[in-house]
Amino acid sequence: MSMEAMAALRILAMQRGEAIVLPTMSGARGWATVSTRPELDLPVSGAMGKASSVALGLALAQPNRQIIVLDGDGSLLMNLGSVVTIAGMQPKNLVHAVCQNEVYEITGGQPIPNAERVDFAGIALAAGFVRSHTFHDVAALERELPAVLAADGPSFLTLKLRPFSWDDSGPRRRTIDAARDLQLMLATTPG
Amino acid sequence: MAVSDRALTALRVIEELHRVGVTHVVWLVDTESRFMHDALTADSDLTIVPICREAEGLAVAMGLWIGGKKPVVIIQNTGFLESGDSIRGLGLDLQLPLVLLVGYRGFHRNQPITDSAATYLEPTLKAWTLPYQLVETDEDVPKISQAFELAAERRQPVAVLIGREYH
Repeated sequence: MSMEAMAALRILAMQRGEAIVLPTMSGARGWATVSTRPELDLPVSGAMGKASSVALGLALAQPNRQIIVLDGDGSLLMNLGSVVTIAGMQPKNLVHAVCQNEVYEITGGQPIPNAERVDFAGIALAAGFVRSHTFHDVAALERELPAVLAADGPSFLTLKLRPFSWDDSGPRRRTIDAARDLQLMLATTPG
Repeated sequence: MAVSDRALTALRVIEELHRVGVTHVVWLVDTESRFMHDALTADSDLTIVPICREAEGLAVAMGLWIGGKKPVVIIQNTGFLESGDSIRGLGLDLQLPLVLLVGYRGFHRNQPITDSAATYLEPTLKAWTLPYQLVETDEDVPKISQAFELAAERRQPVAVLIGREYH
């Protein structure tokens, strides 16, 4: 069972509070459609797979703010070591969410390696994340997400999503502009 | 006194990092930078962020910089070459004023260079339009501060090559 992507993202958008969210790849397009706090969003493009590493740096720099990275499964596989790096630093304020739709959407839907067997939640837990959850349905996500976001991390979320279920009609911001705006906001607003 | 008779010491490098206000050292230890390991990890004013692969380094540093910190990335030339897409897509495209201390594996001042990790380093730096300086002894250490100044001025990554191997 898997979720419609936009339904899952809407739930995260509603429950994010003041968290800074770093979406990447297809998730970034969908996130822009549902986010009501674009000033707290940092869409990461430019180097595929690196959003989780950017999120780690931000989490370490801003320990009083919650940081959520909205990763893709293909992206995470390009930087899987970041799971170990993050776990090594144990940032309590970091939530690593991976949108697992098992395909490379941008190239037309070809499967990621080992798509049907890879267990990201298990990898994260074995690497040293404090908690790891997998959500297959919207009702469970809506019910359990508040507790997940309230707990100390690093936390890992696997969101099982149906491929090609994004609505990418939202506004697109360049990473360079979002990064500069966020940096300015963080410099002038206590965390 | 020949260059090879003089030393590049950990304490002098760390002193310079403090002088420019470095807060975090994003690091995958290598044969050129390992001489700093004990001193860096013992320094309570610096936070060490150990990474699994060099390409993570620029991205972690990006997050730290956006969050108001001042990181330095320490990697070997082999990993620098591996990090090309991060240097392009993050460092250059996003105009990140970051300094990379790059272990210059295979560098020899007075001998032919035979290690391809050294052979291709400077041509690659030039191709990627990254300014760089060579640091071999304590006398060269002020080049690290200069690299930070240049990175801020040009809003781009700048490399400092650590030409000290197996000491």
